[in-house]
Amino acid sequence: MATGSVKLLGVWASPFVNRVEIALKMKSVEPEFILETTLNKSELLLKSNPVYKKIPVLLHDEKPICESLVILQYIDDSWPNGPSILPSDPYDRAIARFWASYIDEKWYPLVVEFMKAEGKEEKAAVLEKISEGNLLLEEAFIKINKGNSFFGGDRIGYLDIVLGSLLGWVKAIEMMDEMKILDETKMPSLAEWDKRFCSDNVVKDIIPQPEKLAEIHRKFHQMKKATSN
Amino acid sequence: MANDEVILLGFWPSMFGMRPRIALEEKEVKYEYREEELMEANKSPLLLQMNPIHKKIPVLIHNGKPICESFIAVEYIDEVWKDKAPLLPSDPYDRAQARFWADYIDKKLYIPAKTIHITKGDEQEAATKEFIEVLKVLEGVLGDKAYFGGDNFGYLDIALIGFYCWFHTYETYGNFSIEAECPKIVAWGKRCMQMDSVAKILPDQQKVLKLAKVLRQIYGLE
Repeated sequence: MATGSVKLLGVWASPFVNRVEIALKMKSVEPEFILETTLNKSELLLKSNPVYKKIPVLLHDEKPICESLVILQYIDDSWPNGPSILPSDPYDRAIARFWASYIDEKWYPLVVEFMKAEGKEEKAAVLEKISEGNLLLEEAFIKINKGNSFFGGDRIGYLDIVLGSLLGWVKAIEMMDEMKILDETKMPSLAEWDKRFCSDNVVKDIIPQPEKLAEIHRKFHQMKKATSN
Repeated sequence: MANDEVILLGFWPSMFGMRPRIALEEKEVKYEYREEELMEANKSPLLLQMNPIHKKIPVLIHNGKPICESFIAVEYIDEVWKDKAPLLPSDPYDRAQARFWADYIDKKLYIPAKTIHITKGDEQEAATKEFIEVLKVLEGVLGDKAYFGGDNFGYLDIALIGFYCWFHTYETYGNFSIEAECPKIVAWGKRCMQMDSVAKILPDQQKVLKLAKVLRQIYGLE
């Protein structure tokens, strides 16, 4: 059982930070949460993550671990006595890692692109690509869950955390743009999973409400506009 | 693990393809290597069936089940054939560092490296500068160790070594000396080439340069 201080550098609104919070909660580890601000990075952050200068950073016994997916696996390795985050079977692990990579490198960047796109036509074009991805994720979920509630089986695991953490922002963007990204009619299984994930005991106090995220987004942009004038 | 059927779909100059191949060699796993072609139109039905989402090599096929993405395949190999030549460190913190830097290589080194030999002029110069900067960071990670894995060749060595056979190509088109900029990295590369697995899998640097020349002709750069 790992000992030593556990600190998490982050902001409550970052889905990548939320991932780490969920994983630590699964292992019953309570970190000291060190609040960063996006516009004014602390010395500690710059020292702990000189390569990317980004949150989340986990400090375990003052040693930094960066990149959310690396941190999730580190947490799983360091606290083996708690519930497993990654599956135990090597093939299932490979599949989980594959889809996590797909979500972070292909799917979510499209969601961000959608948010930044200007005009209904541009947004619609990106939305079409996202929809293709949604179908892949729906198929993957059905294959992976083997009839269970979550990607991880009967309790949440790696892939639930990776995808689930992003849903707050996806819904916030849907609100702001008044366009549906997650179509329940086309992804019925994931729509049900979404509800289960968000109401799960480990998750429910961590993923912020979409309304709050939309508000933060608006405030952030107002602030940026004000400082650049 | 007798009666295992292991197939690796790769493309000979691909540094990504080299990773699982070296891992399999290190573990002394019997596998069948199948060469895929670069051009989209010539990809084999097996590749398209096994990696329908990305349609890319490498694909490891173990008893009919595909494992895609080079780092995922290497970790899978390490976990399945765990009795020989451990690739990832055993300490969780060291494992996290190995994964972090492997990911860094793909995020930060690959594009500048590729850009050096498929462009010219300002774009090429900028890419060369960036490549050197990133390689210097990696040289810092290596430090005075024999391998990134410490005393033993491991995951992070596998992550980077495929770039080594492309060094001559980068130097030729970027017009610089990697040894002058990053002597420890070059020394490390030579050390890795002493290993059977690496020597078997890495193609000759001249052969790679010839391919790069053909690619430049295709791109209309010479």
